[in-house]
Amino acid sequence: MTRLRITSLLTIGTLAAALLFTGCGQSKSQVDSATENQILLYGNKAEPQGLDPHVVEGVGEHQIIASLLEGLVTEDPKTLSPIPGQAEKWEMSPDGKTYTFHIRKNALWSNGDPVTAQDFVDSYIRLLTPSLGSRYSYMLHCIEGAADYNTGKLKDAAKVGVRAIDAKTLEIRLNCPTAYLLDMMAQHYTWWPVHIPTIRKSGDPFTPGNNWTRPETFVGNGPFVLKEWRPNNVLRVRKSTNYWDASTVRLNGIDFLPIESVDGEERAFRAGQLHRTEEVPAAKIDVYKKENSNLLRIDPYLATYFFRFNTTLPQLKDKRVRQALTMAVDRKAIVETVTRGGQQPAYAFTPPDTKGYTSRAQVKFDVEGAKKLLADAGYADGKGLSVEIHYNTSENHRAIAEAVQQMWKKNLGVDATLRNEEWKVYMATQNATNYVVSRAGWTGDYPDPSTFHETFLSNSGNNRTGWDNPEYDRLVKEAACMVDEKARYENFQKAEAILLDELPLLPIYYYTRVFLLHPSVKNWHPTFLDHHPYKHVYLEAPAK
Amino acid sequence: MLRFITFRLLQAIPVVFIVAAATFIMCRQIPGGPFDSEKPPPPEIKRQLESFYGLNKPLGQQTLDYLWSICPKKFMPHRLFLDANNDGRADFDLKAAFGSDFGPSFKSVRSVNETIADSFPVSFQLGAMALAIALLLGIPAGVAAALRPNSWVDYFASGISMLGVCVPTFVMGPILVLVFALNLRWFNASGWFDFKDQLLPSLTLGIAYAAYVARLTRGGMLEVLNQDFIRTARSKGASEGRVILKHALRGGLLPVISFLGPAAAGIITGSFVIETIFQVPGLGRHFVTSAFNRDYFLITGTVVFYAALVVLFNLAVDVVQVWLNPKLKFE
Repeated sequence: MTRLRITSLLTIGTLAAALLFTGCGQSKSQVDSATENQILLYGNKAEPQGLDPHVVEGVGEHQIIASLLEGLVTEDPKTLSPIPGQAEKWEMSPDGKTYTFHIRKNALWSNGDPVTAQDFVDSYIRLLTPSLGSRYSYMLHCIEGAADYNTGKLKDAAKVGVRAIDAKTLEIRLNCPTAYLLDMMAQHYTWWPVHIPTIRKSGDPFTPGNNWTRPETFVGNGPFVLKEWRPNNVLRVRKSTNYWDASTVRLNGIDFLPIESVDGEERAFRAGQLHRTEEVPAAKIDVYKKENSNLLRIDPYLATYFFRFNTTLPQLKDKRVRQALTMAVDRKAIVETVTRGGQQPAYAFTPPDTKGYTSRAQVKFDVEGAKKLLADAGYADGKGLSVEIHYNTSENHRAIAEAVQQMWKKNLGVDATLRNEEWKVYMATQNATNYVVSRAGWTGDYPDPSTFHETFLSNSGNNRTGWDNPEYDRLVKEAACMVDEKARYENFQKAEAILLDELPLLPIYYYTRVFLLHPSVKNWHPTFLDHHPYKHVYLEAPAK
Repeated sequence: MLRFITFRLLQAIPVVFIVAAATFIMCRQIPGGPFDSEKPPPPEIKRQLESFYGLNKPLGQQTLDYLWSICPKKFMPHRLFLDANNDGRADFDLKAAFGSDFGPSFKSVRSVNETIADSFPVSFQLGAMALAIALLLGIPAGVAAALRPNSWVDYFASGISMLGVCVPTFVMGPILVLVFALNLRWFNASGWFDFKDQLLPSLTLGIAYAAYVARLTRGGMLEVLNQDFIRTARSKGASEGRVILKHALRGGLLPVISFLGPAAAGIITGSFVIETIFQVPGLGRHFVTSAFNRDYFLITGTVVFYAALVVLFNLAVDVVQVWLNPKLKFE
């Protein structure tokens, strides 16, 4: 009796559940209905650590903040060159050291307040205030007095070279002419304004941990406003009515979905839950190339993958050894058989065509030459040379390290060992220059060769190789203040020639951005920083 | 019984504090710090940040500060489930209820209290459903297997549960997604928005535990079914259903109950694997990512929270066992 009853109850339950779920079968995917509503479903991988442009430091955060805030200038959707944003026009003084920006009359915050020159002054002073501990404050150090104020040497904020001439006119005085100033302003969120009165309501604006970026309190000046933020679930922005250029904005909103697992993100894309993914699982790239090449995008990216050499070690002190190890690596084979994501083999440090700059000096793949150099340095056939490749734990990094290990063994007879460390341990090891050869990557902060060259200055915290060269330092520092682009790039050419002769690094490949994009997304141009000014993007269902 | 519970709770307090202090000190010994990154901050900025978060004080002092900060200072459990910001979800505010402040997070703008408040209810929901599935599948399967030992029913149930134990969730999850989300299109592949989104993750998690429950039930039932009082019940003419449900199950479930205590604490505090596969905004991910980020307060906060739950659930298990097993007494 009991058993019969249980069985029948179970049967009825199963049937009901089956009916319920088949009834729910989705004929229309989320992407389809979002396309109709002009809502972009954006897979942005990591949950943002916050939305305060003066506190956060990630690339994923940029993608969200770019929808909520706008700087004095903004980006051209195709070239990313600076175009008028909150400022309708600007003038540069003849010596290139003073910029005057004229802010639009109709530039408003999302709460209706006008955007004023004082807002920018207050924002920049906040960013530079030492107690805030902003990690990107160095981006503003080109402003007169900014570096001193940021490090606490200068106490008077009024002495920092930024001032409001009147409500809508802003003056910025620089230490020296800075050719890439407008690029930084357009592309980096440290240069975008925040609404200080709003921040004050949630606590001290000048310490970290102020949680003002909640949907209830957030005030911005960009094309979208923050509508909803459920951590690790979804962050929704919707079109702002107060934005000065609201008529250009065609999207009604963007849903940012933080899907951390690469495979999970790809499954969500296939299930019709995303318009755009952050990545594609490496093993699936070939499948997409073959079967769904219209969904796969491979865009260039302003970043270089390389190995650092610890130049303080006796075996790597001799540049001939570094040159030999560099020349013995077949980069073409690495990108074609190991990484397979459309990466370009790197024969210089700065990616080609970085704002019109391509390094003339290039390293070569030359096994015979490498053998000879190694023999000259006293390590004929690799005898007596001990090398260890250090990398952060990851399948991809291991595969590349193994490939290089094999090439060194086969081409030079050098026996290399591998050592992997968890990310933070690896970072600590690298910062202490406690390695032999260590894997690294560098992403440009803004499209200008200086963002690459400055990392190898002798006093740069990003050098981490123990290498220093006074002539290199002189050329790069001089270029920072040069106005004439041709002369400036000539300095970089000379500097890069030194870098590629001395080789504190072994360039391997230039990154690409490999991702999936639904065909309904329009105006999503390949840009080398993966920026896609959202006000130009729109959705259109592909014709059936 | 009240004395027993009070005594055990008093015992639990030093346990949780020792766990807190040990975790706090241990996670500080790992190389690398919260501010080490590919683009590390300049030394003066790093000093600023460290002094803001109190990381420049001696470690002993920091530990004492931390222990005092998490120490409950009031007892207002009704305020735990208030909804102060009126978003329709309970805040689960440990600070408002007990005055325990677990500190800031270095990585996120949300404090550790907020992170637990955001994610624990989600994990609880997922865990409760998974537990229900585990019990609903596991107990009947175990009972059925025990009733006909070494028959095809037994082999079938044991075989399936063996499979459940052996197939890890990171295989089961994607298979379920492949079938139900990508081919049949009944569910979303990931996300946590409505009730439907909860089914695949809870099923994946539930099946893994159902397998253990089934095996434990079978073992427990087999032992009980051979005992004299069952024979007595049968000889008295009690129906088979009554013998099983009323007499045998009570004793047969004892191994399941002792397994369930710590398992339930684990299951409702989330699973990193399930949360990653299905993009569930639960607590489990924070155990793992906080360690990667050297987010010291979040590491310790999640561990302390988990430890407190384990202690509580173990106590609950002891109470239930005394109630089920007449041989045990509160002492």
